[in-house]
Amino acid sequence: MILAATATNESLAQLSDLLIYSSMAVYTLAFFAHIAEWVFGSRSKVGRTAAALTSAPKAAPAAGVTVKVKQAGGTAVLDKPKVVTRSAAGTRDVPDGPGAAGGTVKGDLYGRIAISLTVLAFAIEAAGVVSRALSVQRAPWGNMYEFSTTFSTVAVGAYLGFLVAKKNVRWIGLPLVTTVLLDLGMAVTWLKTPSDQLVPALDSYWLWIHVSTAIFCGAVFYIGAVATLLYLFRDSYENKLATGGNPGSFARSVMERLPSAASLDKFSYRVNAAVFPLWTFTIIAGAIWAGDAWGRYWGWDAKEVWSFITWVGYAAYLHARATAGWKGRKAAYIALIAFACFLFNYYGVNIFVSSKHSYAGV
Amino acid sequence: MSKTDTSETGRAAEEAAGARLSTAPQEETDAAIGGPALGVIGWIRWFWRQLTSMRVALILLFMLSLGAVPGSLIPQNSADELKVQTFKAAHETLTPLYEKLQFFDVYSSVWFSAIYILLFVSLIGCIVPRSWQFVGQLRSRPPGAPRRLDRLPAYTTWRTGAEPEQVREAALTVLKGRRFRAHTVGNAVAAEKGYLREAGNLIFHVALIVILVAFAVGQLFKSEGGKLIVEGDGFSNTLTQYDDFKSGSLFGTDDLEPFSFKLDSFTGTYEKNGPQRGTPRTFEAAVTWSQGGPDKKAVIRVNQPLEVGGSKVYLIAHGYAPVVTVKDGRGKTVFHGAVPLLPIDNNITSTGAIKVMDGYRDKNGKKEQLGFQAFFVPTFAGAGKGTMFSQFPALDFPVMALTGFHGDLRVNSGLPQNVYQLDKSKMTQFKDGSGNKLAQRMLPGETMTLPGGAGSITFEKDVKEWASFQISQQPGNGLALAGAIAAIAGLSGSLFIQRRRVWVRAVRGEDGVTVVEMAGLGRSESARLPEELGDLAVVLTADAPPAPEPAEEPAEDPAPSGEADK
Ligand code: HEM
Repeated sequence: MILAATATNESLAQLSDLLIYSSMAVYTLAFFAHIAEWVFGSRSKVGRTAAALTSAPKAAPAAGVTVKVKQAGGTAVLDKPKVVTRSAAGTRDVPDGPGAAGGTVKGDLYGRIAISLTVLAFAIEAAGVVSRALSVQRAPWGNMYEFSTTFSTVAVGAYLGFLVAKKNVRWIGLPLVTTVLLDLGMAVTWLKTPSDQLVPALDSYWLWIHVSTAIFCGAVFYIGAVATLLYLFRDSYENKLATGGNPGSFARSVMERLPSAASLDKFSYRVNAAVFPLWTFTIIAGAIWAGDAWGRYWGWDAKEVWSFITWVGYAAYLHARATAGWKGRKAAYIALIAFACFLFNYYGVNIFVSSKHSYAGV
Repeated sequence: MSKTDTSETGRAAEEAAGARLSTAPQEETDAAIGGPALGVIGWIRWFWRQLTSMRVALILLFMLSLGAVPGSLIPQNSADELKVQTFKAAHETLTPLYEKLQFFDVYSSVWFSAIYILLFVSLIGCIVPRSWQFVGQLRSRPPGAPRRLDRLPAYTTWRTGAEPEQVREAALTVLKGRRFRAHTVGNAVAAEKGYLREAGNLIFHVALIVILVAFAVGQLFKSEGGKLIVEGDGFSNTLTQYDDFKSGSLFGTDDLEPFSFKLDSFTGTYEKNGPQRGTPRTFEAAVTWSQGGPDKKAVIRVNQPLEVGGSKVYLIAHGYAPVVTVKDGRGKTVFHGAVPLLPIDNNITSTGAIKVMDGYRDKNGKKEQLGFQAFFVPTFAGAGKGTMFSQFPALDFPVMALTGFHGDLRVNSGLPQNVYQLDKSKMTQFKDGSGNKLAQRMLPGETMTLPGGAGSITFEKDVKEWASFQISQQPGNGLALAGAIAAIAGLSGSLFIQRRRVWVRAVRGEDGVTVVEMAGLGRSESARLPEELGDLAVVLTADAPPAPEPAEEPAEDPAPSGEADK
């Protein structure tokens, strides 16, 4: 079936390269638009956080958020019940920041431009990945160049998905676009591999299942890790304010615009918890594939070991969140370590460690 | 943050209402951490409580992942013994230390086993009481409403003209309709939903144990052997036929699946052009196999083992086996056959040895043995062009270089001998007329004549391929798979289902109008809980339509001011 190896379609492959480079150009524009958003935006409601943390009268019950309840039917109803929510005891009640644009018109304009450019770059990059797949007539996941391009496409896709679902995730735009540029930069300089067929060991339908879920998990774990990191910054900022400290003006300007530490923490937990079962599935699918390809489903190969470490790391994170004395910052560190293991499994093991999974193509 | 009296009471109320919303082990009190004052039994109890606590489980999880690291960076005997030897030779100072720490066998080392055994003991010690607790929860009913519902994470209230009993009745119907377990306690309806979360969590943890057991069974009963077969040759699954064989400690030779197969042909194709020239494209071994019954044909590929009963035959490697004929001084054929050679690079430059053990007599009629060192390339660069290394893995321009020896091969010395190497300690190399060592580069069909009428060796036109197979048997795979599926299902239940309680209290207010209060509590904060409560409230307003608010709020209404959302 793969005797038609030489059928690699050269012009499609070139088109794919061109598309990837173009998407990098557009991501760069999006990057500058995000910078402009941050520069021209402002922390409009000065010191919301500080106000919420320090001026709240001590005896007051935790401030609530009133949620309007959708009304069933249109009959003459006198009043709608309002649901009052309160945070669990012991957590800070701080409103979310207004976002990078900070409510300013100019900042918001740049923010919208940045998102439009990101959508465009995403479309171009996705087309690049698809044309690469067409040029080799297989899943575009045969070497690290292909993993990296697909990986950033999926990460941006997930982010846009959150935006479409009206989640409060615009704050992730700048860090995301920055790392996507880094990822693509590394892909085209160091990991570039000419478009080609797979070695026989990779030629299996498990490639579609195992590698696609692995890439998806990585992309979503990445978004979780960004949120976790920002949570740690924002949490120190809030701690500082709560203890009467006086953060620098830059920290103030950036941190005030981010969602509250509690929101970031919750977001990263949801994201990480939601992909954890899929990551479990990825490892199991890999084991089944290994059983077919190498005659054992688990052999402590370097790649397997690091997938396992990553899995145990995220399991530890989930446990930490349910263990007294480990919630909050400690759990966040565990999540970051787990993601670092994921990254090492990708870059470190592929490039530096000799493993049965050595098909980095570099 | 300093907690105020009010939030302290709030917390107490929440804790009472949230009691047994999960089966997580109780948090340790300070006294427990301090250690017991009682004797041995007290200490054992204390130790057991520590071991089965979430905190220790967390630490053990940490140690497990940390402990797995060295095995991925240091060569492992289980994966590649040759690499371990090379490493040991290159690191003389580290080796003794590593050996002491069992770093070359991390995953079967005492310390790694200790970590996971402790973890699983802890897991079992945790699951058993949790399961009992969960059964108890399933058999009891949701606890009654806390005194102050407004302290719970989601809360709503309104006044209605309906009678309190009527409201409670309606609430019971609505909640039951939404598959809550609900009942009326005093003046309120108590309801709970999402028990599958706990069930999923328990299933997940049990599934981890199942996977571990399956893995252990697999390790103990597995067998794994290698066999190199030249095209045209066969194999039957008995111990003596294997080139090498490893098995778990509880494996018995009777457990080998009876079957046999013959390698009909091996096909390898390679990329011909471009930067990836030489990269393998297809490896296919066509075999005929039988399990006592009629012969069947099959093709074994890298990702497609042949399955016979509980055994799987995997295609592992391949190479070339040139056919040679050796004749003695009188022209009698003393050896004819395909000699498998071992590849030493990706272009299948191969080396090996041809050993003529019996039947050869030198020109004086004296019994002797012959040995040849062979160096084979499937695609030769061309005469005068650099080295004798292959340019391409396919058989495009095969050339074999030979040097010959005579004497004693020492095959009967009792030591196991590598079939690909010559033991030259008792051999003499053939010399040509001018006293140089005899060596010849040959094309298929060519013959090298041994000096002094010692005979000849012919590189026949036929070059066969060989394939090596791994035949494995590993029981417990099905169990491991079942465990894995159960783990994912349980995990999804555990993470995606929210276990929550809802209370609906309806009482007659001081002015005679009914006050409805609704509150929800989940184990973890969730955005969906207030939403669900809102939905329920809206549904309930059909039976308990809101009445106009009195001019003044009742004094006890503690609803927080709405300033925060403005
Ligand atoms: C001594 C051993 C263990 C104990 C006592 C234990 C206990 C628990 C408990 C009580 C929960 C529920 C937490 C909650 O309701 O939020 C939980 C959740 C969980 N456990 Fe374990 N566990 C143990 C071992 C393990 C192991 C070995 C793993 C896998 C590596 C694991 C993975 C998980 C996961 C993924 C969750 C879901 C977390 C969540 O619900 O947010 N556990 N464990």
